[in-house]
Amino acid sequence: MSTGVLRFKPINVGRYLTWGLFALLLILAPLVFSQGFAITMLTQMGIWIIFALSYNMLLGQTGLLSFGHAVYSGVGAYFAMHALNMLSSGALVFPVTLLPIFGGLFGLAFGVIFGYVTTKKSGTAFAMITLGIGEMVFAASLMFPSFFGGEGGISGNRVVGKPFLGITYGPATQVYYLVALWTFVSMIAMFAITRTPLGRMANAVRDNPERVEFVGYNTHMVRFLMFALAGFFAGIAGGLSAINYEIVAAESLSAQRSGGVLLAAYIGGVGFFFGPVIGAILFTFFVVYIATLTQAWLLYLGIFFIAMVMFAPGGLASIILMNLRVAKAGLFHRLWKPYGWLAAAGLIAFLGFVALVEMTYRLSDTGGGAMSLFGITFDVRSALPWIVGALVLGVGGFLYRLTWIRFRDQWDDIQRIIQERTA
Amino acid sequence: MSAQAPTAIELREVFKSFGKTQIIRGVNLAIGKGERHAIIGPNGAGKSTLFNLISGRFPVSTGEVRLNGADITRLKPYQINRLGLSRSFQITNIFHRLSVFENLRCAVLWSLGYKYSFWQALNGLTNANERAEEVMEGIGLTRRRDTLAGLLSYAEQRALEIGITIAGGADVILLDEPTAGMNRSETAHAVELIRKVTAGKTLVMVEHDMGVVFGLADRISVLVYGEVIATDAPAAIRSNAAVQEAYLGTTANNH
Amino acid sequence: MEFFLISLLNGITYGLLLFMLSSGLTLIFSMMGVLNFAHASFYMLGAYFAYQISGYIGFWPALVLAPLGVAVLGMLVERYGLRTVHKHGHVAELLFTFGLAYLIEEAVHLIWGRSAVSYGVPKDLDGTLFTIYGTAFPEYRGFMMLISVLMLVALYLILTRTRIGLVIQAALTHPETVEALGHNVPRVFMLVFGGGAALAGLAGVIGGNAFVTSPGMALQLGAIVFVVVVIGGMGSLAGAFIASLLIGLLQTFSVALDWSLAGLFRPVGITFPADTFLGEVWNLTLASAAPVLPYLLMVLVLLFRPRGLMGTRDT
Repeated sequence: MSTGVLRFKPINVGRYLTWGLFALLLILAPLVFSQGFAITMLTQMGIWIIFALSYNMLLGQTGLLSFGHAVYSGVGAYFAMHALNMLSSGALVFPVTLLPIFGGLFGLAFGVIFGYVTTKKSGTAFAMITLGIGEMVFAASLMFPSFFGGEGGISGNRVVGKPFLGITYGPATQVYYLVALWTFVSMIAMFAITRTPLGRMANAVRDNPERVEFVGYNTHMVRFLMFALAGFFAGIAGGLSAINYEIVAAESLSAQRSGGVLLAAYIGGVGFFFGPVIGAILFTFFVVYIATLTQAWLLYLGIFFIAMVMFAPGGLASIILMNLRVAKAGLFHRLWKPYGWLAAAGLIAFLGFVALVEMTYRLSDTGGGAMSLFGITFDVRSALPWIVGALVLGVGGFLYRLTWIRFRDQWDDIQRIIQERTA
Repeated sequence: MSAQAPTAIELREVFKSFGKTQIIRGVNLAIGKGERHAIIGPNGAGKSTLFNLISGRFPVSTGEVRLNGADITRLKPYQINRLGLSRSFQITNIFHRLSVFENLRCAVLWSLGYKYSFWQALNGLTNANERAEEVMEGIGLTRRRDTLAGLLSYAEQRALEIGITIAGGADVILLDEPTAGMNRSETAHAVELIRKVTAGKTLVMVEHDMGVVFGLADRISVLVYGEVIATDAPAAIRSNAAVQEAYLGTTANNH
Repeated sequence: MEFFLISLLNGITYGLLLFMLSSGLTLIFSMMGVLNFAHASFYMLGAYFAYQISGYIGFWPALVLAPLGVAVLGMLVERYGLRTVHKHGHVAELLFTFGLAYLIEEAVHLIWGRSAVSYGVPKDLDGTLFTIYGTAFPEYRGFMMLISVLMLVALYLILTRTRIGLVIQAALTHPETVEALGHNVPRVFMLVFGGGAALAGLAGVIGGNAFVTSPGMALQLGAIVFVVVVIGGMGSLAGAFIASLLIGLLQTFSVALDWSLAGLFRPVGITFPADTFLGEVWNLTLASAAPVLPYLLMVLVLLFRPRGLMGTRDT
């Protein structure tokens, strides 16, 4: 019963500020990180942000764990690449800037085709179906070379047509801004969807799929629509990667890529909208940069992932937010010292571990010899570096245990205080 | 009750077996529009199963279920809900990671026609928001508006459960043991709430608390081993010998 | 005829290997509700352990020691890994085993490198068992079949004749009840997980040298094992057995057959040259389509008969 009260809804300054800041970040990033290699990495981050957010529409928002999401980004990439080639050959006239739409539309189409049957089930069965379809499509991609280009894939040229306002998409910076634009727009779109009836009912389906049916909603339909929409945005990411790399191969549809986006989204934190953004940035950083530093990058990432699953299932986002909560309560100053000690011990253990891993790689790779790590040169075949490495790891681990207990006590105490205040 | 009075719910020769075990053995029941009807009976009699059959959660083995005259026997739960029947659950069945307000808003969205819209902003749906606020007021949870449902107290969750059930404006309401686990004062509150929110609607209630039953119900059905052994006004039920023997006890005690 | 017999024997061998893998997976899934993504990783570890051990002391000790090593690892994983994650729910457990698969693969990269290692058939078993129509059937294949059958029999005996076996059987279909009956369920879980891992490891020991031993072997075989378990039915060892043979035969036969849709029409003179519309589809041979078939089957089963062939519980 409306009592006719005037409702005053202030403009959510906070929200506009955050988005504005983010847009500013996107615009300024390449000016700060201006080496070519950094620009490439930023571009890839943008693509993976869209990809990971689209994945989280399934996992975080609707509670659907998919092991085959790369199918939709891959399909989007292939179709976008074919469209790009049609632009080059003149068979189609269309601005390259809007090309990702092709990727999105075909991602959507396949999301609809596969999604209807996939979403009939949930939980483990759903996961298995996505795995099966993913493997199916991947295997099929090698069976139809005229469309998929066989092992070598399909390549194209993104510099096509008349330059628009001087933009040819030849230079990497221009591609970055294209990706940044699409990233920003896609993020806003996906965020907006979370605040619609479908988005909210998807959350309800995640929490209690049975109850949803008793308030009038067909659970299957909700899942199906979210699946299709997730396919759409994955397709956009695929289209952008086609433009960026100018080549699309079977790897785009692979189980590895599906696994990668899962890892990225989960590490970032599936319970919060911006979680996968963090995860995508971190994941790309590992794949592009850390991979140049060490062969063991995927090992470190895997360990990080498992540690998250075991100890921080809410991901980095949840850790950040928990600390923000402490800061809001004005109690963060109590954590500086414990964090400091924890970080120091952790660093020592980490260094020891890295040393052992890198030495093992050197040994198994080339059979030994001299190697240089953290500025020190030594021979891998002698026993000393191993003993030192093991000792460092051991000491670091031991110290970590000690400092962790101290930290945890502080943390628990702070949580208790916060509880009492809000009770 | 005149022969012209429309029936809200009608069960004809309903049987239900799980595997070889027959739980519901031939139930015939007619509940009139606007009636307050309670279903009582010993544990294991099949009361919740009956609710599950009516609301579409389980399929009947044989028999017919009708809602306002229409055959709903083979329909899915969401289809039945859209025809105007809403039920609550014995074990609280809420959306634990959404706030109280969001829970109620989810419950009204379909009834207001928003369906699967992914282009309309929730915060702009005035009628949905107002209706959710209204229901929240009605169940007394306004001060817990933004609390996650999973963090509410038991009694608050039961209240929310009722809120979700009636939010959509269904005119046939099924409440499954709404006061289970409540103390005396909580029960009294719950009864008042139920009376208020089901005014003018058809109410079917499964209950164990005889005080609640005899206070609220127009008619009572007694379900024993999957069969209805009596359906009558409360006073008649109380003095019914068969009912006393099977359920109430030979000295007519209130619980 | 010769082709049929040889393919049949190969298919059965492969199928038995798949069963060694899928039986462990079924036991783990049925008892603990965990779909162990890292199961094929244990297979891979069995092969690598055997490679390493047989390099030092020979194949026969490796046959015993490698699966034991994998079993120990499996038990440690259960005790310190899965148990921690258990309280976060099924999704977390699935993700844990998923991450574990990555970890094990990277550990193998770390220790043994990224290319295949020459884990070969031991000399004593490197002969011909018999010849059919001129084609030699390797002695080692026979050995593989023998080990698989022996393991099958041993598994059967353990499950039906020992107390722990009865508990496991009960837990396959009614895990909660078994817990309620007061058995030391955590310890049983650890043993089952370790046992399942050991089975996979044993499969790796005998399969690694017949097929290839490389870091990619877990990924290749892992997906097929899931297909087997789904088709056979979660919770059913008999179903896993039938499905293993089915998939083993399907893969072996389809890879060798050149049938295609175009081939159906060839006898009546209609041909589909490569550049006709959907020419690729017409000319697609069964051999090329072979990789897709198991997954297609799995998806169909999941949609139309989610219990699988003989499953006792819905997926």
